[in-house]
Amino acid sequence: MTAHVTVRGLTRIFDVSKPLLNRILERRGKAFLTAVSEVDFEIEERTTYALVGESGSGKSTIGKMLVGLLNPSGGDVEVEGVNLAKETDGDKVAEVRSDIQMIFQDPYASLNPRWRVRDIIVEPVASKGGDTKGLAEKLLEQVGLHPSDAGKFPHEFSGGQRQRICIARALASNPRLIVCDEPTSALDVSVQAQVLNLMSDLKDELGLTYLLITHDLTVVRHMADRIGVLYLGRLVEEADPETLFTDPKHPYSRMLLDAAPRMDGFGREVPPPTGEIPDPIDPPSGCAFHPRCPLAADICKAERPQMRLIGTSKVACHLAE
Amino acid sequence: MTTPVLSIRNLSVEIPTRQGILKPVDRVSYDIAAGEILGVVGESGAGKSMAGNAVIGLLNRPAHIAGGEIRLNGARIDPLEGEEMRRMRGKEIGMIFQDPLTSLNPLLTIGDQLTETMLTHLPIGRKEAEKRAVAALDEVGIPGAKERIDSYPHEFSGGMRQRVVIALALCAEPSLVIADEPTTALDVSVQAQIIALLKRLCRERGTAVMLITHDMGVIAEAADRVAVMYAGRLAELGPVREVLTEPRHPYTHGLMASTPLASQGQTRLHQIPGSMPKLNYMPDGCAFHPRCPRAADKCRTAPAPTLTDGRAACWFPMVTEAAE
Repeated sequence: MTAHVTVRGLTRIFDVSKPLLNRILERRGKAFLTAVSEVDFEIEERTTYALVGESGSGKSTIGKMLVGLLNPSGGDVEVEGVNLAKETDGDKVAEVRSDIQMIFQDPYASLNPRWRVRDIIVEPVASKGGDTKGLAEKLLEQVGLHPSDAGKFPHEFSGGQRQRICIARALASNPRLIVCDEPTSALDVSVQAQVLNLMSDLKDELGLTYLLITHDLTVVRHMADRIGVLYLGRLVEEADPETLFTDPKHPYSRMLLDAAPRMDGFGREVPPPTGEIPDPIDPPSGCAFHPRCPLAADICKAERPQMRLIGTSKVACHLAE
Repeated sequence: MTTPVLSIRNLSVEIPTRQGILKPVDRVSYDIAAGEILGVVGESGAGKSMAGNAVIGLLNRPAHIAGGEIRLNGARIDPLEGEEMRRMRGKEIGMIFQDPLTSLNPLLTIGDQLTETMLTHLPIGRKEAEKRAVAALDEVGIPGAKERIDSYPHEFSGGMRQRVVIALALCAEPSLVIADEPTTALDVSVQAQIIALLKRLCRERGTAVMLITHDMGVIAEAADRVAVMYAGRLAELGPVREVLTEPRHPYTHGLMASTPLASQGQTRLHQIPGSMPKLNYMPDGCAFHPRCPRAADKCRTAPAPTLTDGRAACWFPMVTEAAE
């Protein structure tokens, strides 16, 4: 199997400084927020790679850098062997870009209310001057809607149907990689099941590769072939779902799995996790998780752990075994 | 038997519109005992929040209570209006909303908000109220309560804000707390903290809790009993373990099966075909019949039985296979 996407040392730093005058008056320097810090991973062709983490863990920022909505501050993103940030041949970049599409979380905000569904769906092709005849109708059928829906406006659809329209639009340019940023978080459970099933079917039919970004561990376990757990912009563990859910190696993964509500957890009393995610502008020294970690030792405060291979999992922890 | 803290009987909420009368809540009955957590689940539009708002008198016109009765500690509260309702709200019933930022006043310190609530509802002086405010913050696990009492809501993180809201809801020592999606806006690890806190405080004080959520996992862990709502009606009501593991209503069954957790190891998730009917386009008979795999002729014509003694409002409830 070949890697479809290779991410190496990916870093994104946002400048969150106050305006110049404020800085002078308050005698403060610039402030930088490290949203993503030296993340490495590979996505193999025709697989689903999931990034999980809580808010502020940088998962959406990684997704945006992958599709080119944000530029990395450091590191490389290679898709189909082309380094998107460094490649100088514009045609090559454009070609790879059209192979990448994105599905967003909020199907109400990501469809233009003034456009007809037909125009929304064919836009990725039309903007490049491609042939769009009958394309919208074909795609609507593919995602389980009626071809005659092409003439309607987005407000005539329910949340689940809108997400199907978003998927149809993502499929229009025949992409090979789709970045799905919380695709079902805004949907009800029964509708979520329909959309997830549709995504699985399309993956098999069209040979798609997914990068699935979500905070919902149950969705991840169902959909992913490989899971990366993020904490404060750093990848702390990477494993296949079976291993991660039965034998999490990193203390943060363990905490996250314990905290997630369980359907069979009737009256479960677990000591809830302590503390909160630290401020990303001023992250803790060494391992970012050490202030909340039950295992933390001196080395954790001093040195940032590197990714190590333990069994089939990759773990960034000094003490994991 | 002791009187339940909250007792709802045949509660209906109606919204008159030009297209006709909509019924977002239709003849719903349930009780909550002291110290008990009743989980109310359902998908968007099932009427779960509407029922909660009806109890606390927060229905927006033109929505109004059209029938049935609501009793709090044995006394009817549904006819209360204006000043009487206002006095009871906050004193007898505490409310926790989904978004902690919008339920706190951004211009007042949290200390002011807590003392104001206590001064309004409890026969105590300012000094005593201020002392209790610190104690309340301490109890919900806000570190350095004494110093943080003069902070404004924006100085807290999401999880800490929700703790403040809980302190606010409980400070007048209400007998009932309505928590409407209290953890939906929060991260998993913070959610676990908030749920544990809510459980502990209510058990200690014997407060009855109506926990409205769409998250079956939260219900499983927190609730004692669960009420499943569909299209404004109660579909199933019973002890949480039985309802979730041996659902009798086909809707509950479908809902449970479609969660990714239940379909472990399967390539496809269970699907309930279609979507919930719109309020102005309710099917005849049982509201669930167009999506129900067990629907028979009776379901298409006769409205589903009202839930009284049984567990499921269904003509053909599912018999547990384990019992056979």
